[in-house]
Amino acid sequence: MKSDVMPGPATLPGADDAPARPAASGTGGDGRDRARPAPARRDRAARSRRRWGRGALVALLVVLSVPFVFPTWWMATSSLKPMSEILRAVPTPWPQDPSFAAYGEVFRLQPFAQQYWNSLYIAVVVTVGTILVASMAGYAFARIRFPGANALFLLVLVGLLVPSEVTIVPLFRMVNSLGLIDTHWPLVVIPILGAPSVLATFIMRQFFLGLPGELEEAGRMDGLGRWGIFWRIAFPLSRSAISAVAIFTFLKSWNLYLEPIVYLSSKDRFTLPQALTQYVDAYGGPMWNVQLAATTLTVLPVLAVFLVAQKQFVQGLAHTGLK
Amino acid sequence: MVAPAVLGALAFVVAPLVAVVWYSLHEWNVLANTFTFAGADNYERMLADPGLRDSLLASLWFSVGLVVLNITLALLLAVLLNQRLPGTTTFRTFFFSPVVVSLVAWTIVWSFLLQADGGINGFLSLLGVEGPNWLRGETTAMLSVIVVQVFKNVGLNMILFLAALQGVPEEIQEAARIDGAGAWRRFRSITLPLISPTVLLVSILTIVGSLEVFAQIAVLTGGGPGSSTTVLVYYLYQQAFRFNDFGYASAISVLLFVIVLVLTLVQWQTRKRWVFHEV
Repeated sequence: MKSDVMPGPATLPGADDAPARPAASGTGGDGRDRARPAPARRDRAARSRRRWGRGALVALLVVLSVPFVFPTWWMATSSLKPMSEILRAVPTPWPQDPSFAAYGEVFRLQPFAQQYWNSLYIAVVVTVGTILVASMAGYAFARIRFPGANALFLLVLVGLLVPSEVTIVPLFRMVNSLGLIDTHWPLVVIPILGAPSVLATFIMRQFFLGLPGELEEAGRMDGLGRWGIFWRIAFPLSRSAISAVAIFTFLKSWNLYLEPIVYLSSKDRFTLPQALTQYVDAYGGPMWNVQLAATTLTVLPVLAVFLVAQKQFVQGLAHTGLK
Repeated sequence: MVAPAVLGALAFVVAPLVAVVWYSLHEWNVLANTFTFAGADNYERMLADPGLRDSLLASLWFSVGLVVLNITLALLLAVLLNQRLPGTTTFRTFFFSPVVVSLVAWTIVWSFLLQADGGINGFLSLLGVEGPNWLRGETTAMLSVIVVQVFKNVGLNMILFLAALQGVPEEIQEAARIDGAGAWRRFRSITLPLISPTVLLVSILTIVGSLEVFAQIAVLTGGGPGSSTTVLVYYLYQQAFRFNDFGYASAISVLLFVIVLVLTLVQWQTRKRWVFHEV
């Protein structure tokens, strides 16, 4: 059996529970029976082998972590270095003379606070709007039988198949003819009502489908109408689905790049991702320390929120993929 | 209650979709202010356009590289995190953290690291290795774009795989071990078939997502060197918003939509052959 040659402990040790071993070899692990010393010694050997295996796995995890963690560290520390130190051939792991000068430049060169606010309020409005639209539609599609419901649901689902890049030309034309170029309207309205919110609608519908109907039935007995049942009972019960929708909607809006660069042209209307790319010198070369300072200001708050509410983030984002 | 979602889908999804097909049949230059019916001209032009062929190739390389690397690494990380090793929670946080970092921010930091005199080559020089100018060579530029994107998003797939792995019943593993199956054999014959629905889902999401890559290309390479990293969406953006050729850009949009549609349907249709369903 070829698989017996594989160093078991090195690939799957966690599942090996020590007590299971002797029984296994007793019943007929073929290769094991031949070399069978005193059970105790074999056991000890196996355990130390397993410990080595686990140590190797942890070491592997440490190595694999580097490309995930190092960039953030490098970003934060480099933003404290002057350009001369950044350009040095041999990198310094820690700023030799830390200075916050670059952070001052961030705000001097661009209306960065305004841009920060733009990104923040757009993302918040989009998130709230998406939750409202998607939970209402999701609830109706899950609970209310009305003529054409299936056809309408299919219509909405088309949005799942259409990457936003496909419709950028007609949407640009629509926005342009409405005179809304260089305003935040397209960045707010299109995500709430268009393709990006379809996934949210779908998630909410799945959630409401799985919600037991008795509570709503009780509400009906107490004389609540459709709206009352939705607002007072179903909506508050859907907190887990809503937080999932909120997290991925916020991040999606916060990260939007193609749409802002297509729709916006004046610096004080820019959103963060767009603003970050603007820190260049007169020759178009990036001013690294300033750019990294701005990037740090963009990244750290979100990372901090993530570390605090990690469980919700992970579950929320995993949720969106699983449904 | 469904009115906002349905009207929204009509106004911002279905109508633009119809419009983009209609526009693609026109010669439409925004600067010159021309909009004339041109039949299939834009599509004929596509067939003869070497730029489009290059961008399709670039998209193909990018998608294949990304999907293979992403799924492999995500599975590896998920299996490692499923071993109840010390520090698992911390490592999970590490691997997941780039998912919440702004895409452009993440790309800018990597762009800084990948410069000829940047961090990566700096550390390589400490080891006595002279690193290439990553973003200026055709192969290394494509490789860089792929790798940066993999590290950004692999955490999400990892979590999905981890959830699936934790649903694999312990008893089956145990039974296989008693029958003498080694770790690799157990993974290939038990774990992988049992998590195959998740593998399907993750690969659909990753492939479709990989076709939409834009910000990374714009920030990291600008489509260069030459046109080596000009993927389809970037080419579409150039045609529309740099050359103002909205008609041709619309035709490319239609092509992109068809590709996404076909890929999704093909994967959905073939799922029976390799996705194991519990009865």
